[in-house]
Amino acid sequence: MKYEAPQLSNRYQNFIGGDWVEPRSGKWFENPSPVTGKTVCEIPRSNHQDIELALDAAHAAAPAWGKTAPAKRAEALMKIADRMEASLEELAVIETWDNGKPVRETLAADLPLAVDHFRYFAGCIRAQEGTVAELDDDTVAYHFPEPLGVVGQIIPWNFPILMAAWKVAPALAAGNAVVLKPAEQTPVGILELMKRVGDVLPPGVLNVVNGFGVEAGKPLAASPRVAKVAFTGETTTGRLIMQAASENLVPVTLELGGKSPNVFFKDVFDKNDAFREKVLEGFAMFALNQGEVCTCPSRALVAKEIYGTFMEEAVERVKRIKPGHPLDTETRLGAQASTDQLEKILSYIDIGKQEGAEVLTGGKRAQLSGEAESGYYVEPTILSGSNRMRVFQEEIFGPVVSVTPFEGFEQGIEIANDTLYGLGAGIWTRDTNTAYRAGRAIHAGRVWTNCYHLYPAHAAFGGYKQSGIGRETHKMMLGHYQQTKNLLVSYDPNAMGLF
Amino acid sequence: MGVKRVEATDAAREWVRRLEAEHGPVMFHQSGGCCDGSAPMCFLRGEFRVGERDVWLGDVEGAPVYIGGRQYEVWKHTQLILDVVPGRGSGFSLEAPEGVRFLTRSRVFSAEELEELGDLEAGEARQG
Repeated sequence: MKYEAPQLSNRYQNFIGGDWVEPRSGKWFENPSPVTGKTVCEIPRSNHQDIELALDAAHAAAPAWGKTAPAKRAEALMKIADRMEASLEELAVIETWDNGKPVRETLAADLPLAVDHFRYFAGCIRAQEGTVAELDDDTVAYHFPEPLGVVGQIIPWNFPILMAAWKVAPALAAGNAVVLKPAEQTPVGILELMKRVGDVLPPGVLNVVNGFGVEAGKPLAASPRVAKVAFTGETTTGRLIMQAASENLVPVTLELGGKSPNVFFKDVFDKNDAFREKVLEGFAMFALNQGEVCTCPSRALVAKEIYGTFMEEAVERVKRIKPGHPLDTETRLGAQASTDQLEKILSYIDIGKQEGAEVLTGGKRAQLSGEAESGYYVEPTILSGSNRMRVFQEEIFGPVVSVTPFEGFEQGIEIANDTLYGLGAGIWTRDTNTAYRAGRAIHAGRVWTNCYHLYPAHAAFGGYKQSGIGRETHKMMLGHYQQTKNLLVSYDPNAMGLF
Repeated sequence: MGVKRVEATDAAREWVRRLEAEHGPVMFHQSGGCCDGSAPMCFLRGEFRVGERDVWLGDVEGAPVYIGGRQYEVWKHTQLILDVVPGRGSGFSLEAPEGVRFLTRSRVFSAEELEELGDLEAGEARQG
């Protein structure tokens, strides 16, 4: 079936202090849908004044929220999850319209995972405990996890609602107030979500300020009034955020992407069974979400012994993936999120060809018909070449995989690790020893073993090397939004005798 | 010496001049990684603190262009051609509110060009 385009407001506002507030600049910017390339609504063009307003609201709300019983905070998160679930289909269609990804994906992954994330952190915070250490018979050290206060969060455009959930849920659970800056390419899903859940939290606990990075994101990241900054994006902005944080001496968590290797060992084709199909699905995963995933398995390393047969079947598997209208539930490959993203992907295919990579399939913009004619679509593309080519070294963030053969375990791992990044990796083998050794040898924060692109809560996600700092989607994320209070207590009535 | 590590299209040069007229001197740092990674970021000059390991590739309309040292190592066989396209990149790049986005196109250097260019050490060629 095909969904109709969602009903949106013509013009949106910021959500500050529990109210919908116009941007102080009095300006809005046009928001196009990547499905059609046409403007669908207007978004506040906020600046430092709106950020200050949101910080005022957050600072007013933070002390009481931080002292609210964990059970009450958990109840609020559960309520947000319930409301999201009740509007799941509606929000999924809106997210597709805003981002361009297939509705099949937002219905089955983005929204259900976001709902579950709020429930997961509702559970985590209720189960969290401090520690007690008996240092000697009279002296006890108590450790309490306390909230940081007010935190700033800047989220990306590839999974707008889900990335907001990854950051907002642990921050709120831990007792912080939040100022959130959505990506300017994809602001609508979060605003529509706030329409549905805005009243669940006390005013000021969660504030959403829209606008451009340079005008709204930067003043948030640089503000001395935030106790921590969380960012998902690229390395240069990550460094700029750390530079600002160094001036304020506040911590950051950063998720900065990768160039994830997907390693296929020689035994994967030993049998003609269900696992063989799973392996080919694993290869084709580079095109999931149009390749706009920080962990896109965009380098496929295939054992030399099976390279010929493997690639023959892999190319056939990928050719079956056709770009289509994102609101059609049969579509598995939708639109790239923006026109500049489309241009960047095409420029990388060009540099790949110049470097001598061979195009095994795809390699160009896909032309759709009807209202999608002016949308931003790319054919799933396989390039074969060598690991020092730039298409093997840079995140293209499109449905493009670069493939190269390897000879033996050692070389496979060497190529897998020959990258500046270390966010994700995939290992495919029928041999449990190979799987374990490869998984431990690869320098990446997440190694999917005989699977890929699963993002369940309670499995830690984050980067090695230049891929960032911190671990999301796990209860350990609470620690990134808390600080430890130690009470060191003496129960000895006598003088210490120190002085 | 004719060959340069960084070049720019006329449209990109025009935008550098427009941004400088509005905001004052600017600089570029080539990004890597997720989302808007692999795109050049345009900042007010001096706003992004260039580090010891960054490499200065050259200037575009007087605006210095840098890249991280380790990224330079895997990019150095290609010329960077700064272009501009309609778009809305995020990150904190200055041009995004104008509805345009800087984009790095590339060209592979010939063996002769690479010999003429020599190699840069990270930090060595930082602009004064």
